[in-house]
Amino acid sequence: MTNIDILIIGGGPAGLAAAVGAYEAGARDILILEREEALGGILKQCIHNGFGLHTFKEELTGPEYAQRYIDKVLSYEIPYQLNSMVLDISADKVVTCVSHENGVQQFKAGAIILCMGCRERPRGALGIPGERCAGIFTAGTAQKLVNLEGYMPGKKVVILGSGDIGLIMARRMTFVGAEVLCCVELMPYSSGLKRNIVQCLDDYNIPLYLSHTVVDISGKERVTGVTIAEVDSSLKPVPGTEQYFECDTLLLSVGLLPENELSEMAGVSLSPNTSGAVVDESLQTSVPGIFAAGNVLHVHDLVDFVSQEAELAGKNAALYVSSSEHTGNEPGFRQVVMGNGVNAIVPQKISATPSQDVRMMFRPRAVYKKAQIVASIGDTVLYTKKAKILAPGEMVNFTLSKVSLSSADVNEPLNVMIKEAA
Amino acid sequence: MNKTLTCIGCPMGCLIEVELDEAGNFLSSKGWSCNIGKRYAQEEVTAPVRTVTALVNVTDRTEPLSVKTAAPVPKSSIFDCLSDLRKLKVQAPVHIGDVVTDNVAGTGIAVVATKNIL
Amino acid sequence: MINNSYDVIIIGGGVVGCATARELTKYDLKIALLEKSTDICAGQSKANTAIIHGGYDAKPGTKKAYYNVLGNKMFGKVCEELDVPHEWNGSLVVSFESDQDDKIFELYQRGQKNGVPNLGIIKHDEIMRREPNINPEARLALDVQNGGICCPYELTIAYAENAAKNGADFFRSSQVTSIRRENEAWIVETPSQIFSCKAVVNCAGMYSDEIHNMVSKDKLSIQPRRGEYYLIDKKYASAFHSAIFQVPGKMGKGILIARTVDGTTLVGPTAEDIQDKTDTRTTAEGLSKALAGAKITWPSLPTRAFITTFSGLRSHCDRDDFVIGKVSDAPLFFDAAGVESPGLTSSPAIGFELAEMVAQALNSGKNDKFDPIRKGIPKFRELSNETRAKLIADNSDFAKVVCRCETVTEAEIREAIRRPVGAVTVDGIKIRTRAGMGRCQAGFCTPRVLEILSEELNIPLEMVRKFGGDSKYVYGKIFEASEASHD
Repeated sequence: MTNIDILIIGGGPAGLAAAVGAYEAGARDILILEREEALGGILKQCIHNGFGLHTFKEELTGPEYAQRYIDKVLSYEIPYQLNSMVLDISADKVVTCVSHENGVQQFKAGAIILCMGCRERPRGALGIPGERCAGIFTAGTAQKLVNLEGYMPGKKVVILGSGDIGLIMARRMTFVGAEVLCCVELMPYSSGLKRNIVQCLDDYNIPLYLSHTVVDISGKERVTGVTIAEVDSSLKPVPGTEQYFECDTLLLSVGLLPENELSEMAGVSLSPNTSGAVVDESLQTSVPGIFAAGNVLHVHDLVDFVSQEAELAGKNAALYVSSSEHTGNEPGFRQVVMGNGVNAIVPQKISATPSQDVRMMFRPRAVYKKAQIVASIGDTVLYTKKAKILAPGEMVNFTLSKVSLSSADVNEPLNVMIKEAA
Repeated sequence: MNKTLTCIGCPMGCLIEVELDEAGNFLSSKGWSCNIGKRYAQEEVTAPVRTVTALVNVTDRTEPLSVKTAAPVPKSSIFDCLSDLRKLKVQAPVHIGDVVTDNVAGTGIAVVATKNIL
Repeated sequence: MINNSYDVIIIGGGVVGCATARELTKYDLKIALLEKSTDICAGQSKANTAIIHGGYDAKPGTKKAYYNVLGNKMFGKVCEELDVPHEWNGSLVVSFESDQDDKIFELYQRGQKNGVPNLGIIKHDEIMRREPNINPEARLALDVQNGGICCPYELTIAYAENAAKNGADFFRSSQVTSIRRENEAWIVETPSQIFSCKAVVNCAGMYSDEIHNMVSKDKLSIQPRRGEYYLIDKKYASAFHSAIFQVPGKMGKGILIARTVDGTTLVGPTAEDIQDKTDTRTTAEGLSKALAGAKITWPSLPTRAFITTFSGLRSHCDRDDFVIGKVSDAPLFFDAAGVESPGLTSSPAIGFELAEMVAQALNSGKNDKFDPIRKGIPKFRELSNETRAKLIADNSDFAKVVCRCETVTEAEIREAIRRPVGAVTVDGIKIRTRAGMGRCQAGFCTPRVLEILSEELNIPLEMVRKFGGDSKYVYGKIFEASEASHD
């Protein structure tokens, strides 16, 4: 068994930034475990531009953005191990891993930062009826086949779900010579970014059918077509509205799920709203010394925020291992309550006297126009901001000052809500 | 005449109202929250441009090289750029920023590698 | 020209065909098995409820009752010999309404008549004690202690591997197109080959009527009956200990909730008579019926934890029973036709008896070299770290995890391809290793599995298929794809 101060599970955008954050906060005994053969995670296959506007003030592609952090990790000489799959994490922070080069390994970590990312929701989880043929891919699998391996997964494509990967793949498939017939979205609004609707669908005249879903998949061997139908307000297909599209491929972009199987093995409590860990403002989970950041904590829209979040987790993990005592006698946590219109908030609890300003992130439950975001403790409003439009596809984030948080009674919860226009 | 645009300058996706004269010439715009949006609005109604990202064949490798145009190209020449790039074949090693072609589809704009293939 | 001469040809590579092939290799016989699909285990054997049935359900005196009870007794030994995961976790048949109580007593009596050992009836409190997640309306339950669960594909594959090891030849993608009698022999034709043999065993499942009707005037008819299922994430493996049945109806055993040996939980099946013997689609109506039925047993069923849906066909025979044995008007032609549920449980007994019948008819002696033992592919996910380290020391491919959700390594996948009657498709890898069967449903591992199949089978990646026919994944490289036409 090898002792490591800070063990980072995953070498994608979160893992890389967590390592940088930990290093810059003074930690030196750090190890990144990455299951694939290169660092960079999902960014490796995100070859489109649009990354890094916040962090680097320029529009980078995914691999370029990842390389900026990889270069930092290399310049700090932070150790990392590729082809290393973590199989188990115990509550006392023993990590079992299997690697191509070193076989089965065990590490005893001072702190662990969970950066495993997320996976795509598959067809089966939705129960889409129809044949069980080849030619049904999640958008990310198709993206990997095209962008990293250079294969054509389809020639005539229908996309179910308007998540960002689905929108990006609509354009990519068009670019590599496929015909994209339409993008079908169950909800009355897209779950992707507005800019992606414009530059991935509108630019190429690809229709977006809102409030529609796939009701049947045809094809005994390979997909030969899909049938879509309009849905009513309870999201049930409306008979008589069916339309058939002849195609050979169905791509699914119907949601991302944080990959928390390892977190659960370690006994980390998960939130039913985010499907990620319950954390405090330092991004520490319910298990002392285990931190979480990036899409394993909650699914982000922007990698810039993943990096910022992970750097914070790295910094706090470094503080955790350097402070000698963890008495567990901290003065307790203030609970964060999700009020009207607020979903998937992070963090879910805040220390009585936070040592830094606290960034709050949440997703609106629905589309709200001319609304107001309000954060308050009792009668005291800590934050308020007007917004022209709020939508589930776009995460809201704002910062609360540590001073205003510290001055209120810790037993009083922090309420975050969306005030709708009268 | 008015036209509504969604800005693609950043993830905020501001809704911009553009005012045009009868001939379709740009008059004014509102709704943007920064200079990127202000510029985008005028460009989009007069001479729209896009950054193109694409894949290029690499000799003796199965893995394709990802590339981007070093600056946005006219929207109307996107498919000419793609068709040009499809014919290209580059030799490894390639590094991020290496110029793959210095004038894609006669736009005068270069295309650069966005990943390292060593 | 006849280029393949055998003593016995078995038609159909499902659980019954493969069991029969294995049993026949215990005799001194030259055996071939012909399977129409690209791989064995492609029909009912792949999509069913994976239950070792106790034997209380079938009508006394039927072949179903006889083979179920006998197969159940033989099951443990076969699984031990073939290293097939199974568990004797019992079944409960539960009444939730007062008018169903009589049926529980009826099933108890039926079970007694069929010779099912250790049957009992338990009451509400005992049901709740054993199965705290069951609907508290539960009244009575038939306690079937000899009920169990088993991996149906691993059993089928294991029978086949063991049969192949003991000398049986397997021909896949070999649909039988005609059978005729010529010079005291059977001539069996497939699109690419002609076989000659002394005896034929018809284990063609859904198509066992068509095969039977090629040689007999006494016609059979198989009705495809479709059942739709949900599969629940293994997070809920501890929700139920035993398989929970509802009181059966005319069309089948009703919606059941059954944990699989891999920890996932099956919910289903519906029962719907259909026309097309290949129609394994799922339907909105079927799935909602399965769900509504399951909620009677499990009111708090976690719909968010569904990882997939599928449907399976049962081959229901117009004789309303299994048709097993000699065909009266065709010499040395044997049927195992109309085998539907409890076919999996019955397979050891059907195989054993059919082999005995065939061997007697052919006056065959025993095969002294028969080796009953088959070892499964090591399951990396289930091993201790010490064993894992040992495997990796011998073969570093064990250190390469390809399927994250089920922790399946590259070594397991390569072995699944290299074994006798090995995998030739992505679905073949899936049923032999579980790669792609987990919660991401092959999202992450598909590209790598395609590459490994392409390497091992020495075919271009665009020729790798999910199962048969045109079920390909990719259309060549992007640079070869036709020019886009965008105006």
